[in-house]
Amino acid sequence: MLAVVVLAGLLAPMWWTGDPEALQPAERLRPPSAGHWFGSDQFGRDIYTRTIYGTRVSLTVGGAVAVASLVLGTALGLVIGFYRRLDTILMRVMDGLMAIPAILLALALMALMRGSVRNVIIALVVPEIPRVVRLVRASVLSLREHLMVEGARALGVGTPRILLRYVLPALVAPLLVQGTYICASAMLVEAYLSFLGAGTPPHIPSWGNIMAEGRSYVQLAFWIILFPGVFLAATVLAINLVGDGLRDLLNVR
Amino acid sequence: MLQEVARRLMATIPVMGVVAIAVFALLHVTPGDPATIIAGDYATAEEVARIRARLGLDRPFLTQVAIWLGQVVRGDLGTSIFSGLPVTTLIGQRAEATTVLALYALLISVGVGVPLGVLAAWRRGSWVDRLVMIFAVSGFSMPVFWLGFLLVYVFSLGLGWLPVQGYVPLRESVLACLRHLTLPAVALSCIYLALIARMTRASMLGVLGEDYIRTAFAKGLPPRRVLIRHAFRNAALPVVTIIGIGFALLIGGAVVTESVFAIPGLGRLTVDAIVRRDYPVIQGVVLVVSGVYVLINLIIDLLYVVIDPRIRY
Amino acid sequence: MSGLTRRGFLAGSTAAAAVTIGAPFVHAQKRGGTMRFIAHADLKVLDPIWTTAYITRNHSYLIYDTLYGTDEKDQIRPQMIDKHGVSSDGKRWTFTLRDGLKWHDGKPVTAEDCTESIKRWAKRDPFGKLLAAHTAKIAPQDRKTFVLELSERFGPVLEALGKPSSNVPFIMPAHVAATPDSDQIKEFIGSGPFRFVKDEWQPGNQVVYVRNPDYVPRKEKPSGSTGGKVAHLDKVIWRYIPDATTASAALEKNEVDWWENPPVDFVPRVEQNPQLTTFVYDPRGQQGWLRPNHLHPPFNNKKARQALVHMVDQQKYLQAAVGVPKYFQTCPAVFLCGGPYESKAGAEGLARQDLARARQLVKESGYDGKPVVVLHVTDIQALSAVALVTRELLQQAGFTVDLQAVDWSTNLARRAKKDPPAQGGWNVIHTWWTGADVANPAVHAGVSGAGATAWFGWPEHGEIEKLRLDWVRATDRAKQKQIADQIQRLVLDEVLYVPWGQWTLPYALTRKVQGMLRFPAPLFWNVTIT
Repeated sequence: MLAVVVLAGLLAPMWWTGDPEALQPAERLRPPSAGHWFGSDQFGRDIYTRTIYGTRVSLTVGGAVAVASLVLGTALGLVIGFYRRLDTILMRVMDGLMAIPAILLALALMALMRGSVRNVIIALVVPEIPRVVRLVRASVLSLREHLMVEGARALGVGTPRILLRYVLPALVAPLLVQGTYICASAMLVEAYLSFLGAGTPPHIPSWGNIMAEGRSYVQLAFWIILFPGVFLAATVLAINLVGDGLRDLLNVR
Repeated sequence: MLQEVARRLMATIPVMGVVAIAVFALLHVTPGDPATIIAGDYATAEEVARIRARLGLDRPFLTQVAIWLGQVVRGDLGTSIFSGLPVTTLIGQRAEATTVLALYALLISVGVGVPLGVLAAWRRGSWVDRLVMIFAVSGFSMPVFWLGFLLVYVFSLGLGWLPVQGYVPLRESVLACLRHLTLPAVALSCIYLALIARMTRASMLGVLGEDYIRTAFAKGLPPRRVLIRHAFRNAALPVVTIIGIGFALLIGGAVVTESVFAIPGLGRLTVDAIVRRDYPVIQGVVLVVSGVYVLINLIIDLLYVVIDPRIRY
Repeated sequence: MSGLTRRGFLAGSTAAAAVTIGAPFVHAQKRGGTMRFIAHADLKVLDPIWTTAYITRNHSYLIYDTLYGTDEKDQIRPQMIDKHGVSSDGKRWTFTLRDGLKWHDGKPVTAEDCTESIKRWAKRDPFGKLLAAHTAKIAPQDRKTFVLELSERFGPVLEALGKPSSNVPFIMPAHVAATPDSDQIKEFIGSGPFRFVKDEWQPGNQVVYVRNPDYVPRKEKPSGSTGGKVAHLDKVIWRYIPDATTASAALEKNEVDWWENPPVDFVPRVEQNPQLTTFVYDPRGQQGWLRPNHLHPPFNNKKARQALVHMVDQQKYLQAAVGVPKYFQTCPAVFLCGGPYESKAGAEGLARQDLARARQLVKESGYDGKPVVVLHVTDIQALSAVALVTRELLQQAGFTVDLQAVDWSTNLARRAKKDPPAQGGWNVIHTWWTGADVANPAVHAGVSGAGATAWFGWPEHGEIEKLRLDWVRATDRAKQKQIADQIQRLVLDEVLYVPWGQWTLPYALTRKVQGMLRFPAPLFWNVTIT
């Protein structure tokens, strides 16, 4: 299912779609029909086209947030885990950031920056980082004392090398699992930000903002939020299941 | 133990300091300021400048931080730039709705999530397990507002069982309060339910493999008794942890849920304040919410000791 | 005049007629009840002079009274004033208060209260500032009489004092009106037909008012904000429900009685529901604006600005922003269609879209291809829609466009920036105004050519400024109309701004609610609920 969705996004222009941004006010709020498979929205834009194109944006956001927060969080976590002096200070900062509800932090960050896909990604990555840092730090702390690492250290292997050779590989499995969950939740939070008026700019279709724009029309034109909602739910579900599968497979607790 | 509690409480102070300063700094580099909003369409640049000065927004950043921290230490969170009401009053008006909503949602998620998780673990690998997990994960996968509209459509407009929106304070009528919050709590609990069901399942699986459980089953004790008395008690620890971590998630969901159901809670208060750049309100609410988060996690850490006697400080 | 105004007018007048027939007698028996009202915004600020926010204006109409009011036919009529006299040279005005006026704390309303309130208002309101610039002295003569001495003749004295929309010169007690205009007032004592219940006020959720039993209404039939303000309701509760879907469901479920601003797409649904009805309260409605920034290229060039006029297709804008044709009309008139200054002067370009001409003008303007920065307000649906339309049309006219998504607050701060667009400024913004705020050259912010002190966009045009002064000094209608036409011609030729249409929105109500008045703001006297 995930593969189908990814394919749909990548090849959006090939799926009998039109221009996702073309306004046709005369064709507004049409129910699903042969002309508009998923109906049209309040500007007469084709929901089918927008949903398919929205796949790109939503997957980009989910994927980019997962990758960026894993990379940054892992780097920080490794450093913090191995240099004890930084640990106390940086972990307090991380705890502080974690104490602020992610959506409020993201909302404030969006108020700070101009609405664009890139900035949405940044706003979603920042609250994720401390969570990854925690995970990595905890593993590093337990690995530090591991015989293998102590042995390497006794042989005079430098810290960066130890991190790369011995610690990082052990982290791959839990991080991979964590990544799928971050990806899934980022796609949802992107929708929440749009709902609160601070997400991806409205002319760029993402599943979140198609629904956000359509939310005032639920009683009049349910199809605007139905189809992107189904796509979003199905994709998030698929990603979550992949995560669960990975976890069982890699035996991550 | 008491000493430990005191030590941990002290450790929260720097965390709260980080929160306060981070939020303060973030707000002050954000474009848009309350003076231009207040001054309105006709205001000249001088009028805006005058209003800025009256609000103290023209002072250097560090001075503003110092003034604010000074107030906070005295328990004063300042007054809203727009309504002129003290931030503590505004939070007081809103705290009840959010608290009741969060607890209600928590109750539903634990009440449904834990049994589901236990069931799934017991019947591991069967269609029951798969069904339960898919049900739980789907709840987690649906946007809260989407689910909210769906619930309103079916249970309020369609069946007419429950009110569409609003909130009735507990002291006016407990029943009316719960009736108003039922749909929002159900919508909100979906996020949480999945997490709890999953965590319960995972930790139950761990426990069910232990010898003493096998022995208990072998002794012919009824499964229900074994699952609840023996297994779950030992599997409860991670589940309690997730409640703490999930609090932030719950507040995040509450922001959206309160918007959909027009509930006067802290989430809406913050969103409105961010939209208008009502600095004292944003700072105050974030400080309070973060404080509660830190406190809950502290309590949970201490609960470990109660649940699992092996942990000692 | 197009079909809409007539339809709107008819809808309004039948409703008004129904009220008049039943009014004085039936209402006497319908006293009491609680009105649950969904307001268009959250009441956060309580000082109607400090802010121009419409929600604060609407709040103030419940608790304060005004010296003069504006009736359904745009006539200014006395409200707190019993009578006034004018000296033969037109420069000395004497005003006498009517009997029975009392503050909510029981103290009588004095002439000093009025003069202090007017002074504070005149420091903030543009119309007030104009009046102040022509005033030599305003002072109480005795407890019930005050005098306004003009330094120069000023035509619209009563229009200023009876101004229906923000900022309205509401009358407050003298000690409250003594608050500096840069501070918010801290006491909310009015002399109006309802009292504000401060303890039950929850910003972001609800506002509560109760009837003022001591209010003495005028004897005349109510019309607009004039005539007898008879409060029938015991209690008025404003709710804030920002989500339209939720608000609509609440009205259908009878959880509220009156919804101030249903998005127009909900209106057909309301009309189909036998329990619900709609009421067109302001047939002139709202006027939409596209405002270019006159300080920076490309729109510091007259030809590039004129391209905007030819590019605009009002129909397209209105369909995107409003949607239901019954409630909107294309209208090229600067001072509104359906108002006393409606005119076609210089409006040929706006009446018909001509993209070829627009492209031609863009070329002639020497446009260098730098992206045009359009601020895109994403948290207000109608404004979000029109920015999308503008983007598409600008591209068709040959501009490159940089659509910058901002929230409303950022928009307010950004639009005040005079920097070049590449450094945090802007080229195009959108907004809309209530009809009453664009009804004549004195109140219309978009026709000011005062350069640095003009409304955001800062057009500089000496001749327009001179004409506006001529207008306030003119004292007869025909002359005023002629000057207004001249102003419109210049505004559209120089393209100070581009109007993108006019629309009106009805209230949605349950049928239990009756007696609404036609006025730009919701008024709660005369209204009954069964």
